[in-house]
Amino acid sequence: MIALLIRDLRLAVRAGGGFGLGLSFFLIVVVLVPFGVGPESGLLSTIAPGILWLGALLACLLSLDRILALDWEDGSLDLLATAPLPMEAIVSIKSLAHWITTGLPLVLAAPVLGLLLNLPDAGYGPLVLSLLIGTPALSVIGTFGAALTVGLKRGGLLLSLLVLPLYVPTLIFGAEMARRSIEGMDATPPLLMLAGITCGTIALLPFASAAVLRVNLR
Amino acid sequence: MGSIWEYANPKKFIATTDKVLPWVSLLALVALVGGLVWGFFFTPDDYKQGSTVKIIYLHVPSALMAINVWIMMLVASLIWIVRRHHVSALAAKAAAPIGATMTLIALITGAIWGQPMWGTWWEWDPRLTSFLILFLFYLGYMALWSAIENDDTAADLTSILCLVGSVFALLSRYAVNFWNQGLHQGASLSMDKEENVADVFYYPLLLSIAGFILLFIALVFLRTQTEIRARRMRALLARERMS
Repeated sequence: MIALLIRDLRLAVRAGGGFGLGLSFFLIVVVLVPFGVGPESGLLSTIAPGILWLGALLACLLSLDRILALDWEDGSLDLLATAPLPMEAIVSIKSLAHWITTGLPLVLAAPVLGLLLNLPDAGYGPLVLSLLIGTPALSVIGTFGAALTVGLKRGGLLLSLLVLPLYVPTLIFGAEMARRSIEGMDATPPLLMLAGITCGTIALLPFASAAVLRVNLR
Repeated sequence: MGSIWEYANPKKFIATTDKVLPWVSLLALVALVGGLVWGFFFTPDDYKQGSTVKIIYLHVPSALMAINVWIMMLVASLIWIVRRHHVSALAAKAAAPIGATMTLIALITGAIWGQPMWGTWWEWDPRLTSFLILFLFYLGYMALWSAIENDDTAADLTSILCLVGSVFALLSRYAVNFWNQGLHQGASLSMDKEENVADVFYYPLLLSIAGFILLFIALVFLRTQTEIRARRMRALLARERMS
């Protein structure tokens, strides 16, 4: 399992893996927003947590098809399927590798980009915390979507159509938690719900993804 | 009458539905026309809402069906996963566009009603928002069906998507409720319709709900038959090409 994780990480970091791609996309989205809504700092600081969450979500979405597609194309997924490792473990490792290469950098970059959007001081901690808790769910859900569309030639758009509705609860609770703590309200309920979603998806969704992948490899 | 699983045999399914279909269609027509005509022309205007209240005869049944069609698809998907009856998978496939249409009807009639009543076509009210999300789920489900060429793979993948989607749809429903309370407290634009409706409106409403249900049954039978026949035809063509 660890060997697989290290292999995936190595592939992602080295050439062609698109390691920095999600991060650059996140940056671009955040830079483009003030052009779209105008440079008033008051407005920007109101929408900052939502924009940061949305940017992280889109950056995550962008890199989803890389989770499985490359392994599918060169046939290493078939080899992995015949390995003694259960499919559920393979899928979980893939999600974990995706999170480390995409989710974690986004979490670390979020405060810096928050500076650009004039995020209120009270927002930094909760925003980073909510992203830290929420992005694993994005990776796990995304792996399910990637497993669904892995056999398709033009799966990219379909992948977005399938995954985005599934992202709704995570986005709502994540952004809500950051917003509430900025407004000085109690942010515990959305935090707990977000943690619940993440734990639930990590525990259950790999089974669905593995079932889907088995069907696709049939 | 044997067990219900006999209808998993496509031949038996087509034979039985062929017999039932005209009757269901006729009943659907009678109930729909009856309910809508009764509702539109023979009920008084509401004292507050005027004649706009009459859109309820389209809005409530379609909204009801939008959710129930998804539940039917969920059951059909489960049957496909557990017992692998092709008719069940095809019925789920046949139901999806109907469900999407029902959701769209509910959204559009709601907007038409909301414009004069709330003064806006669209409000990010929990109910409206969750219906929009439901519509997106329908779109994704149908897109996945049409994207995969192999029938069995498509049936497997879409049924799993339906199961996972159901959980997330439910989750979104509660998340949206939560989210909106955070935005505007107590702005209860949605009202509990079942309790508000007076008897005058209630009976024609029941009739048009029955009409929508029967219409759905008739359409699902018809579309499932079409799917079965289309699949047969493809098999025949493939066989001919082989020989």
